[in-house]
Amino acid sequence: MTADVSIKNATKDFGAFRALDDVSLDIAAGEFIVLLGPSGCGKTTLLSILGGFIEPTSGTISIGGRDMTYVSPAKRPTTTMFQDYALFPHMCLRDNVGFGLRMRGMGKAERYEKAFSYLDLVGLRASSAKKPHELSGGQRQRVALARALAVDPDVLLLDEPLGALDLKLRRQMQDELKAIQKRVGTTFVHVTHDQEEAMAIADRIVVMNKGRIEDVGTPASIYMRPRSLFSAGFMGEANFLPAKVVRTAASEAELETTLGRAVLPASTFVSGFPIAGSDVTLCIRPEHFRSANADVPTLSLGHGRITGSAFFGTHHRCHVAANGATLTAHLPQTETPEVGAELDLRLKADSIVVLQDGAGV
Amino acid sequence: MTVTALERAERRKAWAFALPGLLWTALFFLVPFAYMAAISFWTRQGREIVATWTLDNYVAFFAKAHFFKGLVVSLEITATVTVISVLLAYPLAWIIAERVPKKWQRFALVMAILPFWTSYVVRSYSWLLVLSKGGVVNQALLSIGIIAEPLELSANRTGTVIGFVHFFVMLLTLTIYANLIQLSPNYRRAAADLGANAFQTFWHVVLPLTLPGIMVGAFLTFVLCIGDYITPQILGGNNELVLPQVIMLQLGRRADFPMAAALSLVLMVVVTLAYIACARWLKMERT
Amino acid sequence: MRHLSTALAALYAGLIYLFIFLPVVVLVLFSFQDGTLPVPPLNGLTLRWYEAVFSDGKLMAALGNSLLVAVISSAVACILGFLAAYAFARYTLPASALLRGLIVAPMTVSTLIIGLGLLSMLNVTGMRLSLVTVGIGHVVINLPLCFAIIYASMGGHQVNIERAARDLGAKDWQVMLLVTAPMLLPSILAAFFLSVTFSWDEFIVAFLLSRFDVTLPVEIWSMLRSGLDPKTNAIGSVVFLISVVFLILMELTVFRKTGKSS
Repeated sequence: MTADVSIKNATKDFGAFRALDDVSLDIAAGEFIVLLGPSGCGKTTLLSILGGFIEPTSGTISIGGRDMTYVSPAKRPTTTMFQDYALFPHMCLRDNVGFGLRMRGMGKAERYEKAFSYLDLVGLRASSAKKPHELSGGQRQRVALARALAVDPDVLLLDEPLGALDLKLRRQMQDELKAIQKRVGTTFVHVTHDQEEAMAIADRIVVMNKGRIEDVGTPASIYMRPRSLFSAGFMGEANFLPAKVVRTAASEAELETTLGRAVLPASTFVSGFPIAGSDVTLCIRPEHFRSANADVPTLSLGHGRITGSAFFGTHHRCHVAANGATLTAHLPQTETPEVGAELDLRLKADSIVVLQDGAGV
Repeated sequence: MTVTALERAERRKAWAFALPGLLWTALFFLVPFAYMAAISFWTRQGREIVATWTLDNYVAFFAKAHFFKGLVVSLEITATVTVISVLLAYPLAWIIAERVPKKWQRFALVMAILPFWTSYVVRSYSWLLVLSKGGVVNQALLSIGIIAEPLELSANRTGTVIGFVHFFVMLLTLTIYANLIQLSPNYRRAAADLGANAFQTFWHVVLPLTLPGIMVGAFLTFVLCIGDYITPQILGGNNELVLPQVIMLQLGRRADFPMAAALSLVLMVVVTLAYIACARWLKMERT
Repeated sequence: MRHLSTALAALYAGLIYLFIFLPVVVLVLFSFQDGTLPVPPLNGLTLRWYEAVFSDGKLMAALGNSLLVAVISSAVACILGFLAAYAFARYTLPASALLRGLIVAPMTVSTLIIGLGLLSMLNVTGMRLSLVTVGIGHVVINLPLCFAIIYASMGGHQVNIERAARDLGAKDWQVMLLVTAPMLLPSILAAFFLSVTFSWDEFIVAFLLSRFDVTLPVEIWSMLRSGLDPKTNAIGSVVFLISVVFLILMELTVFRKTGKSS
């Protein structure tokens, strides 16, 4: 069915290498959560621990309120969808999907019926007599999904399942995964290194780096209000502007950057109100720069000169030099940026995110 | 298709490189083989081979009991050896691949096949020391008191089978091990994940997937065993002979090359039939 | 349950290892037998059988003959195999698959038959049996293996390196000797060592095709005629030791270099 998952202070050491460092996370039942990060960040290790293939060095895992830390994969209410699908080559699709049911002692007729219904769910009922090597990559992946779901797990673990597919097929499968998850209601924990994929399918994203959780939240909240430099940089292009806090007031603070001074509202400070004199970093997405004649309240960080520009269809990607700093700005499609032209670095104040150095969750 | 001068020169070069090897094989393998096939249809007069075409030798094979029996004995022994060796070797290969820690696996494997490096003749001789009436096993069992009379473990089929099994258990451990470690670990993980216990994982997933490899190893065992002269000669005694022994016997004092040739061809046909059966089975497994 | 299955596994493995090592242990142990029969009881330890072995001229000659035949026939097999592999891998020859099948064919035929065929033909041509004829037979047996190993390692990615060499002015034999052979050294060496191992231990062809000068396995065979003798144990142990040392050398040089596993 479905269940919530609670990870408390999970740490995993492989010899001298710490793959997971005191990771804690609560996943709601029925949630589609994505573990996102570069290779080596610990996301696959965490997934393997959830699946029961490795045990944490310390910490606990609870599923549906029950302690599952040391329970073997066979006895856990989880199933895993492997990166290489791991379909049994010598069995037809029907027997592959029915395998877990057979292990549970289900009778032949009942087993076949259920296997067919799950193959139907992924649109491959007609191929049930075929063997895996007769199918395409995308089809094999669907069978792997059907096999994993056929045993009614509480939690489905997906290990970068879409990596081997081409772009178009990947987009299609992302939509299908989302749709199927909504239908069956199982908790899905999905691992990927592709932030676009994460944003497309996740209810919540967990950004990981070097064995720790950097950021947790909905795609929008992580993208618009990242809680660490790493998270900001990983989720998309970002300009990082070092600044110093000059003066603080009740609901705003004045900062000094290489471009000049700016007064920012308190809402831009993600990790607590700053202290005067401290060093911070301004995080600005390239698409937040607006031209001077926008009709919303804006502030200008300063002025810069356009040093290069390329047309990307939906926007112009411009490199801007400003007093020693190099920034990237996305200007609207209808504008005509020219190399050498001056650009007013104007943007909505609350689209800026101010991060303390070394900030994290 | 017009061939350029460069392509002609290249072709000549290629032949120059390939010809030595091809000629050697043709001259020292094909020609002797063809000659042997030919004389199998000829007869012997005194010490000379007479080139009169006849099926006498082949008729003799089926008619004369001791010739045909040679093949029957060979097949029986080979079948027994193959089955026993596979049954003994698979668990050992499995234990090395699954239970032995990764960094000790190579060592364990090398230890399992180390006696390969005693000369084959010496190896069979060593079994004689172990199995003969006054040998290690009998003396040990007698002195403990388990038996009153020495067991007849050599100079008979038992000795031959033990000698063969010893060799082929080592060979099969190697081939089955190589097969097992090639298997992606994710198959086992997926089976476990779906609720299979260790035995079910083995029975439903590991065994079927390693079956083709076992088949290849069994075929290799069959071919090497049925063509072997040394082990039966040292350990088998004189009461029953395998086909290679019968063949060698034709050469001895009788110098009956035509008969030896005919028997050798029979042996080749049997091996070829086994190969065809094995290839058929492997093809069926694929689909 | 886990402990029980591990215990059972250890017991089974132990028994099989015992079975596997039994003849070797008996062989080596009783080569030191202070008595005339290499079977229990072990009377005492002595080196006199080893002395007998090393002072036995025929035996030592046979050992030398084995080495000679092994090294020379393996070298010939490697050279022929390398040239043929080069021809088939780098050029397109007509009926390529058929010709390659021909070169590999002897691997599928029992060595007894190979030996018999050669013996019949040698009788007809009146050629004398000697170590040379044994060597010829061993080349026939080892050539397919050398060819297969070297051919399999001649991949497409090396073609451009050879083209670069030609581009820089190297002639064909120079490319082969200075570029291709060194690149393929691991497989050439592997083929060579494997051939030496087969030839060193080979009995039936050596038995059929030799007359007066024999190789070691044939000499040991005739020793067996006289029954059980610790001297046979001694030479057997010497052969085993040489083979193991050779294996270790192979492991350290060839296999370590490529990181291959045997």
